[in-house]
Amino acid sequence: MVAKRIIPCLDVKNGQVVKGINFEGLREVGDAVEMGVRYARDGADELVYLDISATREGRGTFAALVEQIALGIDIPFTVGGGIGSLDDAARLLDAGADKISVNSAALARPQLIGEIARKYGSQFVVLAIDAKEVDGRWLCTTHGGTRFTERELFDWAREGQERGAGEILFTSMDHDGTRAGYACELYARLDSLLSIPVIASGGAGSVQDIVDVLTRGRASAALAASIFHFGEIPVPQLKSALAAAGVPVRL
Amino acid sequence: MIAIIDYEAGNICSVKNALKRLGAVYELTADPAVIRAADKVILPGVGNAAEAMASLEKTGLTGLIKSLRQPVLGICVGLQLMCRSSEEGPVGCLSLFDCRVRRFPEQPGAKVPHMGWNGIGNLDSKLFKEVPEGSYVYFVHSYCPDLCPDTIATCRHGDVLFSAALRWENFYGTQFHPEKSGGVGAQILQNFLAL
Repeated sequence: MVAKRIIPCLDVKNGQVVKGINFEGLREVGDAVEMGVRYARDGADELVYLDISATREGRGTFAALVEQIALGIDIPFTVGGGIGSLDDAARLLDAGADKISVNSAALARPQLIGEIARKYGSQFVVLAIDAKEVDGRWLCTTHGGTRFTERELFDWAREGQERGAGEILFTSMDHDGTRAGYACELYARLDSLLSIPVIASGGAGSVQDIVDVLTRGRASAALAASIFHFGEIPVPQLKSALAAAGVPVRL
Repeated sequence: MIAIIDYEAGNICSVKNALKRLGAVYELTADPAVIRAADKVILPGVGNAAEAMASLEKTGLTGLIKSLRQPVLGICVGLQLMCRSSEEGPVGCLSLFDCRVRRFPEQPGAKVPHMGWNGIGNLDSKLFKEVPEGSYVYFVHSYCPDLCPDTIATCRHGDVLFSAALRWENFYGTQFHPEKSGGVGAQILQNFLAL
């Protein structure tokens, strides 16, 4: 049986992993390669690195960093942030990324998903969706949840699968940062609509939250950042707790 | 020296990086003389089996590969090309392993592609020295090799039990990616290098 995956997410700026702290802005939490190596050793099943640099220089730094990450870690990793073309994807593949995630650029030009999937395979393409609830509808957003699109979460996820995405990484912007648990009902509904795996993101505050989204929410994987970066829930302890709760995990 | 066969079958960064981490000397090559002289040979492969087989045939190396006497390791689609045939195409392959590669059937709760970490069992080869039964390794595939007399490891996805690894004479293959399978994968690669 395929194990449920635990995925620490690392936001990277200028080679450093950063984390937004309420009202404080960004705080550096460590070196991107060192943290990845440590998570891999601790039993993380995959890693996601998101480039949050806003500049061209920052993007160049990120590609060089991806090469270091690929050399340093021996588990699969996804990279995302600002991927807008087949060339961007190719550059990150050549640098050693196992998967790339597309978000805003795919909303602006959905064909991008198929272009990358046809060239490098569906397993290489993760469609990341950030959505927020408005009047009972879950609308896809861009720019960290600040700009709304007309796209509805479930339609877009299904379209993404049809266009060739290999996984859906859905972040509920209403849950992200709350630490009050994942949007379990939405993940369960996505799972029933899709044949590809769904990665849950946004809202992790406790071990129980992760148990819930992997069981009741039927997600294939749970992604989180703060609870791992600040050592609140060490990965080995989380894995043991999941196993004790009957969730199939790689120990 | 490890020869990684160069036939433009997708991304092989991770294989090169894993060999670097193990301190192995490797060369990506399509030169028959280099391949023949190598201590070990790796046949990588990602993507579509029929396209990969066509690329491999274009290099003119298929006869040479079948005649190799040193340990050869096929990874993922590389393994599939060493089987009799694949339903993906369909396409006839090198027939080193006595089995066919089939698409996973639709099964409730068992998604295709079979992607992620899964346990391997019935481990029966020096390739798995010091690898405990039930160890988890990383898979990404929609087609899987049947069980056959060459099976040296099995894996279950839903109701399907398939060959996670195969061996015939000096030819080895893993359907999973040892280069992405953490410490267990490193041990398996190390075991291959030590054959």
